[in-house]
Amino acid sequence: MNWLLVALGGAVGAPLRYLTDRAVQARHGAGLPYVFPWGTFTANAAGSLLLGLLTGAAVSGPAHHLLATGLCGALTTYSTFSYETLRLAETGRGFLATANVLASLLVGLGAVFLGVELMGGFGVS
Amino acid sequence: MIPPRRVLAAVAAGGAAGATARYAASLAWPAAEGEFPWTVFVVNVSGCALIGVLMVLTVETGRVTRPLVRPFLGVGVLGGFTTFSTYAADVSGLLVRQEVARAVAYMAGTAVAALLAVWGAAVLTRALVDRLPAGRPGGAA
Repeated sequence: MNWLLVALGGAVGAPLRYLTDRAVQARHGAGLPYVFPWGTFTANAAGSLLLGLLTGAAVSGPAHHLLATGLCGALTTYSTFSYETLRLAETGRGFLATANVLASLLVGLGAVFLGVELMGGFGVS
Repeated sequence: MIPPRRVLAAVAAGGAAGATARYAASLAWPAAEGEFPWTVFVVNVSGCALIGVLMVLTVETGRVTRPLVRPFLGVGVLGGFTTFSTYAADVSGLLVRQEVARAVAYMAGTAVAALLAVWGAAVLTRALVDRLPAGRPGGAA
């Protein structure tokens, strides 16, 4: 049952990330290979916020498998983030590559804390 | 041109497979709370190495031209396998537990290892592709 929920969450999260990427790229100049990867950045921030909300709400059991492990796990990505950073660095955009890493880490971490706080904190002493 | 519905289906199927593989890894090597999250670390770094190989073979060199390979394997499987949210949540969890040094080591260590992995894999794959004879898409002579 847990396996099915994780798979189902993954089957929703990955297309959501793909659609987010397409929608954001359409606004910020699709086709330009050197622009800042806002699509992946947005998906990672949104997924981290959602996981923070779930953590703050102490969601566990089947809902955790579906939403946290499956949906949030697949909505966010490290592989595309790293490849996009590599391409920025290799095409002479070292500043954007560094900015992408630092901003993704800080915003992702901040989004988790924000989500947890919005739901009333970590609840651990 | 492939209908977007087929692309979305490939991404969804890949996402299900990737997330399931990550879940399997978390069950096989469970991480204790407060410890360095080695399982997610290995999942993310290995996924970054694999996307380096995939992107060189598909987008960069065109050795693999089947149109659904990248949506399925790249956006779906590897995107679903690797995760940013669990990574960020584990960093925040370590910080809340006052494990500041471990949190920083995990946060920065994953980023550095992931970038080295994708870079090394891409460079190696490019070198190997250069040594091979030109591809023959579809098997045509």
